[in-house]
Amino acid sequence: MTPALSVILFTTASGAGYGLLALLGLLVPFGLLPATVWFGLATLVLALALISGGLLSSTLHLGHPERAWRAVTQWRSSWLAREGLAALLTYLPALAFGATWFLARRPTPPAAALGVLAAAGAIVTLFCTSMIYASLRPVRQWRNAWVTPNFLLLGGYSGALSLAAMTHLFHAGASLPCALSLLLGLAAIIAKLFYWRSIDRTPSVSTAETATGLGHLGRVRALDAPHTEENYLMREMGFRIARKHARRLRGLALIIGFVIPLALAIAALILGALPALAAAVMAALLALTGIFIERWLFFAEATHTVMLYYGRAA
Amino acid sequence: MTSLPAPRPGAKKLGLVIDLDTCVGCHACAVNCKEWNKGGPPAPLPDYDPQGAKPDGVWFNRIHTYEAGDGAAGRTVHFPRSCLHCEEPACVTVCPTGASYKRAEDGIVLVNTDLCIGCKLCSWACPYGAREFDEDAGVMKKCTLCIDRIYNDTIPEAQRVPACVATCPAHARHFGDLGDPESAVSKLVRSRGGYDLMPEMGYRPVNKYLPPRKTACRAPALAEAAPDGAKENGGVGERLLAWLDRALSS
Repeated sequence: MTPALSVILFTTASGAGYGLLALLGLLVPFGLLPATVWFGLATLVLALALISGGLLSSTLHLGHPERAWRAVTQWRSSWLAREGLAALLTYLPALAFGATWFLARRPTPPAAALGVLAAAGAIVTLFCTSMIYASLRPVRQWRNAWVTPNFLLLGGYSGALSLAAMTHLFHAGASLPCALSLLLGLAAIIAKLFYWRSIDRTPSVSTAETATGLGHLGRVRALDAPHTEENYLMREMGFRIARKHARRLRGLALIIGFVIPLALAIAALILGALPALAAAVMAALLALTGIFIERWLFFAEATHTVMLYYGRAA
Repeated sequence: MTSLPAPRPGAKKLGLVIDLDTCVGCHACAVNCKEWNKGGPPAPLPDYDPQGAKPDGVWFNRIHTYEAGDGAAGRTVHFPRSCLHCEEPACVTVCPTGASYKRAEDGIVLVNTDLCIGCKLCSWACPYGAREFDEDAGVMKKCTLCIDRIYNDTIPEAQRVPACVATCPAHARHFGDLGDPESAVSKLVRSRGGYDLMPEMGYRPVNKYLPPRKTACRAPALAEAAPDGAKENGGVGERLLAWLDRALSS
């Protein structure tokens, strides 16, 4: 599948935003984060900025962005519509959470309840995003049991690192966000490695033989294409990445997205004040870069059954 | 509504039956499809750079050619590919806007281009590549089963079939109600062993393909065609044939 920059940006940025919102909403009610109003507001604004930037970017790949509002109407059948609806609904408790906290100058019980609601909305939205891909049967690398854990853990991991950066920025005790980053980061690496192993080992159920139904005659080979030039299908679904490039990019995603940020998170736990802040901010930015590469690969390594008709593998 | 209509027993399922035994790969169906539909409901059907070095455009019907099997058992098979108007069309259910829908009355899968936002998700959801994006209009286009022909009272009844069916010179394309077990197309499917493409995907296509017939007549080997019987010391006719054989073999 051809990597669409707007969708990669969207899932990376809003993944981190929803992860951050979920952690803020879940940790604040239990008094596990600083209760100062400016920390709360700044973190919430960062989360909503990542989410909104991502959502706006996702509308850029539409043929008719001005009709985007229609995309929430078919939530009964469409995971994309459910994602859109969940994303919009999550704004309500998230904004109310911030407003109540700001007005009371502290996270009161009503604010805490709204925080939990916002966290639930964030997790549901991330789940819906993953299901857009995981429900597509023609793309075996997407219809894979590891896709949903990947999206949820990567959102949580990048959100936790952003939270660690924010707590350092506000000179608050940041050991919990750093520890959470380590935990979620390790879980995300394991889930991603299992995902890569799974797509490398699971062959396509569909073949040129099943696509044409001519398998009873023997092996099926494409002899003549319907058209001389590339068409929409080949441009959209026929992206190819060399195996050695994929391996190198997987390594890069692991090092930039996980190994260095996790080392920096540990450094931030040990170091004091300014160096810790620098390490935490660096860790969050690198993790986002690594996840961007990971998300690009998620598209680039995915194959579509339509290419079987053009004599290629699926 | 992108939820699928509830299945009713005996419901009409309009579709095509494509005979891979008689298809000669002439692309006339694809050309007539393009010709008809560039003026129909999905119009205009764009062409990009049609006279240039890299011509491209939206087509609802694409004709592939395959080799199947090896050696004497191998066959060359021409293979038209278009929307199969599936009974479980995920292209419809993934649509977030309601632009894609499956008609309850005859099972035809259509796109309302006034509602389409051009997110392309339906083209990802179709295993068969039936949907193509119109770069000019920013919306998705697909086969309509020539809905503006098959229900068209203003054209002669014999022409109320999809353009691809009307034009096929080899009579390799058949149109009818596959929901009616007694229809001509259903009988054809039964008698010829018509099958679904990629049944493992679970989309349950309405369109069926008829396999190439088993054939007993292979081209005779050269030795059989020109036996050594053309003897050098035979009569004038035989010597002439022997000379011809040498001349043609050298």
